[in-house]
Amino acid sequence: MRTTPAPRISSQQKWLYVVLTLGSLLTAFPFFWMLSTSFKTYSDVFQPGFFPPHPTLENYVEVISRTSFLRWFLNSILVAAGTTFSVLFFDSLVGYTLAKLKFPGKEIIFVLILSTLMIPTEMLVIPWFVGTVQLHIADSYFAIALPGLISAFGVFLMRGFFEGIPDELFDAARIDGLSEFGLFWRIGMPLVRPALSALAIFTFLGNYNAFLWPLIIIQSASMRTLPVGIALFSGETGGQWHLIMAASSLAVIPVLAVFAVFQKQIIEGVVLTGVKG
Amino acid sequence: MTPKPSRKTFSLAQRQAIWAYVFLLVPMAFFLLVRLYPAFSSLLLSLRDYRPSREVNPFIGLKNFQDIAADAVFWRAMINTLLYTVIGVPAQLILGILVALMLQGINKAKGLFRAIYFMPYVTPIVASAWVWQSFLNQNFGPINQLFTLLGLPNQPFFASPYQALPSVAAFVVWQQLGFQIVLFLAGLEAIPRTYLEAASLDGASGWQVFRYIKLPLLNPTIVFSVVIGTTGFLQLFAQVVNINFGDQGGPLNSTLTVAVYIYKVAFQDFKMGRASAITVVLFGIILLITVFQLRVLRRRVDY
Repeated sequence: MRTTPAPRISSQQKWLYVVLTLGSLLTAFPFFWMLSTSFKTYSDVFQPGFFPPHPTLENYVEVISRTSFLRWFLNSILVAAGTTFSVLFFDSLVGYTLAKLKFPGKEIIFVLILSTLMIPTEMLVIPWFVGTVQLHIADSYFAIALPGLISAFGVFLMRGFFEGIPDELFDAARIDGLSEFGLFWRIGMPLVRPALSALAIFTFLGNYNAFLWPLIIIQSASMRTLPVGIALFSGETGGQWHLIMAASSLAVIPVLAVFAVFQKQIIEGVVLTGVKG
Repeated sequence: MTPKPSRKTFSLAQRQAIWAYVFLLVPMAFFLLVRLYPAFSSLLLSLRDYRPSREVNPFIGLKNFQDIAADAVFWRAMINTLLYTVIGVPAQLILGILVALMLQGINKAKGLFRAIYFMPYVTPIVASAWVWQSFLNQNFGPINQLFTLLGLPNQPFFASPYQALPSVAAFVVWQQLGFQIVLFLAGLEAIPRTYLEAASLDGASGWQVFRYIKLPLLNPTIVFSVVIGTTGFLQLFAQVVNINFGDQGGPLNSTLTVAVYIYKVAFQDFKMGRASAITVVLFGIILLITVFQLRVLRRRVDY
């Protein structure tokens, strides 16, 4: 305590900055490597060195012209967006019903929904596959999205948020003659907006990245989602790393661009769902 | 269908119950048909020699379970999966707490660092797996280029049966770490400042503050991280498949996980009965471990 505390803290902070900077360089370096390789020619990939000696955009042109890359991207956006809207609506509706309405059998239904969280996806994909094939709906957007359309985790999350709203708000509106659905939609939903955006981010990310079920159920090249498309394309190119890294960059750049703009909201949304769950 | 007669015949409580059932109709149908029924049907499939191409799939009792018990590849997948969990969960927990503590200790650029560490978590796993393959490539990867510059021997990483599993685990930790950091940072920032100020007034050292204040108060976050991390590592799939796409789970099954093996048995060999039996075993293990963890870890909350 003889020295003033300010300089001691700043020298300690200096070390923290050094370690954190090294760590973040290590975290980000694979992305720089991906970008630099994506601008290299086939033979330059195998030469030592980080920067491309003959930078070219040819790899990107080739990936886009040789594959249905844009279609895969749209498929992923479509499936993820459709799933997200469905999850937001149904999970809120169930969460609201379990939190705010009184009816016989409520606890059993809640326990039933929660118990589905324990079932690993691997256990479900085989019956899902057999079922969708029997119903002749394999290889459709509906089949890709179906397993994710309602999430037990989201029900649990939304129930928690609806429980935080005082009953008096709903009782007052009920006396004013608002319907039961109106109570949910016009009173409840606007009050849980932060939870909704968190659930939306979580659901969209998860479905945009989904791999196991789409890999199983998609049969035609045009129905592939981005992860399935990239995996199969990269597997087929047989070590043409300049093309694989261009395809990876095309998949990663839009995500990181969106992340750069909304990083605060995205991270806080993930925290909110994580801490609540 | 019109609300008018119901208003006369039903009481308010009955009306509310009817609406509740109406709201739950579609979601409950979903949970029954898309979650519970398939889980149950997996149990039944595990008792049959089920192959999708055949008309008749005979009931064979516990034969599938006997077969997998005698299957060396299954045991390899099981041991690998436990290894991933035992390496990955503590690694991401400790690194996550360390980086979160460091981030809490700085004033400027905290948000920037947090965003950089979080980047891999939002990146599509498939793309980052291929990037890591190139990153750790024996012939041209930058890590081996660095080894060459330093005069060290090149390492095969994903191409070696001995190094592949730890390399995949490192990749998964890299990919998940941002989530852990963000989680623990939120946990640390939720600790009331007065506790920390009181401790430093009492002359507690940095380590004592961490050990006796921060760590116990972080316990719910640690439980969450361990339980979520364990179920995640026990179901490791996309990362493993994409790290060695031509020989999924290779080389020599050294990176094979239970989830990848289920996929291969069901959708490459089309032995869906046997694959279902493996999913039943996986389900049992996840259930046991989760219940055990919740019991043991929750007990530590009473400080």
